[in-house]
Amino acid sequence: MGRLTVTNVSRTFKKEDGAPIGALDDVTLEIKDKEFVCFIGPSGCGKTTLLRIIAGLDTPTSGEILLDGTKISVPDAKRGMVFQEYSLFPWRTVIDNIAFGLLMQGTKKKKAIKIAEKYLEFVGLEQFKNSFPYELSGGMRQRVAIARALATEPQVLLMDEPFGALDAQTRNTLQHELLEIWGKKNVTILFVTHSMDEAVFLADRIVVMSARPGKIKEIIDVDLPRPRDRTAPESNALRNHVLKLLAEERER
Amino acid sequence: MNIKNKEALRNRGLEAISLLTVIAMWQLIADLLVKNKLFLPSFVDVVLSFLNVIKNGALYTDISVSLLHFLIGMILAFIIGLPIGIIMGWFKGANHIFDPIIEILRPIPPLAWIPFAIIWFGLTHQSAGFVVFIGAVFPIIINTYTGFKSVSVVYVEAAKVLGCMRNKNLIRYVALPSALPSIAAGVRIAMGVGWMCLVAAEMFGVSNNGLGYKIWWHYHLHQMDFVLVYMLLLGFLGLVIDRVFRHYVDDRLLKWREGVVM
Ligand SMILES: Nc1ncnc2c1ncn2[C@@H]1O[C@H](COP(=O)(O)OP(=O)(O)OP(=O)(O)O)[C@@H](O)[C@H]1O
Ligand SMILES: [Mg+2]
Repeated sequence: MGRLTVTNVSRTFKKEDGAPIGALDDVTLEIKDKEFVCFIGPSGCGKTTLLRIIAGLDTPTSGEILLDGTKISVPDAKRGMVFQEYSLFPWRTVIDNIAFGLLMQGTKKKKAIKIAEKYLEFVGLEQFKNSFPYELSGGMRQRVAIARALATEPQVLLMDEPFGALDAQTRNTLQHELLEIWGKKNVTILFVTHSMDEAVFLADRIVVMSARPGKIKEIIDVDLPRPRDRTAPESNALRNHVLKLLAEERER
Repeated sequence: MNIKNKEALRNRGLEAISLLTVIAMWQLIADLLVKNKLFLPSFVDVVLSFLNVIKNGALYTDISVSLLHFLIGMILAFIIGLPIGIIMGWFKGANHIFDPIIEILRPIPPLAWIPFAIIWFGLTHQSAGFVVFIGAVFPIIINTYTGFKSVSVVYVEAAKVLGCMRNKNLIRYVALPSALPSIAAGVRIAMGVGWMCLVAAEMFGVSNNGLGYKIWWHYHLHQMDFVLVYMLLLGFLGLVIDRVFRHYVDDRLLKWREGVVM
């Protein structure tokens, strides 16, 4: 199960001079098991902060987050994360990167490698098994990062602009692959993006956030049948709607 | 391929010519200008003395004794310096415990420890090793510390999200490999300093054998050709040790850094 309940979560940081800056303000949200939710909003509105809190890497100033009724306080392998930056361990080969989480859970090396191989196949990079991350392109690196996050079979997968640094072509391919994996793996996905196209293509629901301090501005249900057609008029209408909401934020 | 080979061959040729020229000039200056074996032994003198030390077997004893001193000091510096550097770099506040002590001890030139080395350990191998240790331990501590301080937060957080939570595991699987280039650089610096300390310690008679000791001994006998043999040997051995270490580290431990500008 991967049902997330976010209740009244706020997070304020202290600047160097001690002045507080609000990153998140009273965010309340319920995410169903196996749901695909996209977060979109202006830069600096607290999307990464929210994901980090859900991962357990940061603690909210107030409010709480429950995963299937249990309060989240520290990171664990139930919530996998794909970071905004490249985060593969450069000193480990591709296969050893993917096996890392399993090894940390105490899985025997042989078995861990076997499982890792399965996930490597999942993202179609078998022939790079023993390569180091520096030998991979940006898109391949993110594929490996996804495989690494999935290998421990988390209930929730947190993805922070995972395709942000990629070209449009690679991005499209990876979006397709991600949906395929999501279909097979039954995992709840929280996906931060800057691209409305991406959000409309991927999400069951789109959470639009407002500029600092980050609040939920609107939650949009995307009731389009899958596989989706990016050029369908319904898609266009949704994109325009999101665009309008974001434009309002920019003007503020 | 062919062009590259040719170029390599030409470069080797230039290097050989340059070396031969210097040797020839050295020989000529010694023979025709200085004409005094005490002031400047000629190349031939040095080669003959070298053959001499090989023949009477002194060379092997001296090299092995010096390497023993060096190893005692380096191993000690590594097993003491590495944990201190790790603790200082990883645990918040720990550097406030170690910093004052290190900042007081570090500026003392290692050779100033020689009297105490002799008082504490006598004229033994340990004594020479101790001086090497003093010279080598600080570069290792400091580079380990800096390496740990610059471990990227992303890697640590990625590991945490993958279930690697305990300090022991985070250090072992994330911080240590990430800091390895810095630690390796520290060990290289430490080996350079340690090599210098070794010679000085042996010269001061901390031990009764070794390359440094022999320099001093032959100096007292005014056999400057032997002095020069041992000088060149020290330089050559230092170079070999550095090369072997670098080769091993780059090939085995830092393979993943290929493509990174060093
Ligand atoms: N560790 C921190 N210390 C102080 N302020 C922080 C810290 N982390 C984030 N912030 C602040 O919190 C706010 C939200 O940051 P966050 O990284 O969550 O934004 P974001 O929505 O992910 O932006 P982007 O789309 O550019 O990635 C920003 O104003 C940022 O300056
Ligand atoms: Mg962000």
